[in-house]
Amino acid sequence: MNWLALRMLTGDRSKYLSLILSITFATLLMTQQVSIFMGIVTRSASQILDVRDADLWIMDNKVRYADEAPYLRSNDLQRVRGVPGVEWAVRFHKSNMTARLEDGNFRNAIMLGIDDATLIGAPHSMVEGELADLNLPHAVFVDKSGYEYLWPNEPFQLDREFHVNDRRVVLKGICKASAPFTTLPVLYCRFTEIEQLLPANRNVMNFILAKPTAGSDPQEVCQAIEQNCGLMALTQDGFFWKTIEYFMVSTGIPINFGITISLGFIVGAAVAGQTFYLFTLENLKQFGALKAMGVTNQRLIGMILLQASVVSGIGYGLGMGITSLFFTFTNRLAPMAGIHMTSIAATGVGLAVLIIILLTSLFSLRKVLFLEPAVVFRG
Amino acid sequence: MPAVLTSTSPAAVAAPPLAVACRQIVKVFGEGDTKTVALNGVDLDVYPGQMTLLVGQSGCGKTTLISIIAGLLNATSGALSVLGQDLIRMKGTPLVKFRQKNIGFVFQQYNLLPTLTAVENAAIPLIIAGVPRRKALATSQEILASVGLENRLHLLPSQLSGGQQQRVAIARALVHEPNLLVCDEPTAALDAQSGQTVMQLLRRVALQPQRAVIVVTHDNRVFGYGDRIIHMDDGIVTQVETPDHTATAPQPLSHETLQHRGHETLEQSSIVPERTP
Repeated sequence: MNWLALRMLTGDRSKYLSLILSITFATLLMTQQVSIFMGIVTRSASQILDVRDADLWIMDNKVRYADEAPYLRSNDLQRVRGVPGVEWAVRFHKSNMTARLEDGNFRNAIMLGIDDATLIGAPHSMVEGELADLNLPHAVFVDKSGYEYLWPNEPFQLDREFHVNDRRVVLKGICKASAPFTTLPVLYCRFTEIEQLLPANRNVMNFILAKPTAGSDPQEVCQAIEQNCGLMALTQDGFFWKTIEYFMVSTGIPINFGITISLGFIVGAAVAGQTFYLFTLENLKQFGALKAMGVTNQRLIGMILLQASVVSGIGYGLGMGITSLFFTFTNRLAPMAGIHMTSIAATGVGLAVLIIILLTSLFSLRKVLFLEPAVVFRG
Repeated sequence: MPAVLTSTSPAAVAAPPLAVACRQIVKVFGEGDTKTVALNGVDLDVYPGQMTLLVGQSGCGKTTLISIIAGLLNATSGALSVLGQDLIRMKGTPLVKFRQKNIGFVFQQYNLLPTLTAVENAAIPLIIAGVPRRKALATSQEILASVGLENRLHLLPSQLSGGQQQRVAIARALVHEPNLLVCDEPTAALDAQSGQTVMQLLRRVALQPQRAVIVVTHDNRVFGYGDRIIHMDDGIVTQVETPDHTATAPQPLSHETLQHRGHETLEQSSIVPERTP
């Protein structure tokens, strides 16, 4: 009977392909949008994830997300270092600055200032140059995508001079960094350089990065910091999700992507559902004949579910394949760097396709199960 | 209610066991203002080895009666024995299995699966019965050869003429060797010549000593092929006719005439109706 079900399905090539293409399209649309959504939202907190040496982030207790942190007092660093359970704590700066290039063009950039002595928060992977070169006077690093953004179509070249906040800096390294939410270049320099770049500011430290002592519970250390210093202390994971939550709640991103993903689901369900339903309706007489000839309802359910599974399996596979190709291609483009198909998107969309095909099958099955076999005698 | 009913004919003692025995079959559709009495106490005997024609005007209850006899529709009341089984009491899976094993169907609109070839279509009852596909297709090939379609095995229904499609349908109805063959207007969708060919084929291939064939028709040109003709009107049997075959048997058209008309012909010697004594 499986053979019969598959022959019925594949015999009508145009409908068979329509069914597969509708599932493929729905899969492509949903997976692509879910992945881009996840990629963009993750980007909003990518600088947090890039700091791999510190487990705790300490900041003003009114901070809502990573890009909105007021400067702390310099003695806050000493107070945090004095909290029991803190092994070490270092300064960290994050802000937006303007870079003016050799040719007079200027670009906004994300500036990260890291502790001079330990270089905690420095990039982990260099494309050009050495990490130690960050200790050179006026040295800055830029991320690879940022370099391509600042100097498009130019080969990597170190020792380029440009200005940040009207102060001369020298490019000493090109590194890898996660793409930020706004796709701006990410510049790294030492904390003392930041003090030079922002001379008017009394304080330029807006984060303190810390590590709890071995064996201590990070959450308990965070509570201790909050109680002793009146600052907000979060684990890296906690700060990541706090930032994500801000973007989810306070921006239109989830709604816009949610609408597109929902449309993908609805269009996929509607097209696949309608085509499969019509396919069943057109074969209703044949199903009636099969019932008359002694095919039980259970067998008919099995046949329809098999047909639905084959269509959804092939459609889902093709959709995933096309999505993979899409991201393989777009990952080479700077604005799309770091956005890739995620396993969560693949699993979630798989479940969505399953729901689409089950709903579709149910509608079709209803017709077949309540079909009187005597219908075959009605001309 | 006995499981096996006896014949009501005067010659019941000498007659073979009944294939189908209907007693006071009533079928009512709807209720209240929409109530329709389709069958109003039908008594009917069908014998194995015979072709029984069920004839009458449209709406007289022929299709309802064969639907009940074939186990596709429940009677409102009455007694029904088919091949020795009480079909009124048989429900659900046993009834489906009974149909699967014992009844062959030929439909007015053929109801072939459009995506299956002739040989695959004819193999369906065997596939349903769980016969391995290869064996089912081999058996199907043999039966298609017996209806003259050995050269059309791998064509789709859309590539066959109406008459050829009906022959595939007949092959499909016989491939699992059922003891009851139910044909609903098998000639209605065919031109006169193709209709004659199909009826000749039914007599030649379908009629076996142990098999009963019921043909519903209102095409009086094929009445001559029946061993018994049951006339129905307004939901009851009005007349049972046993034609004199030697007087009424239609003469098949000659090979030359068929060719002249552009019809595909069966082997002439094999399509002459075989008459039961």
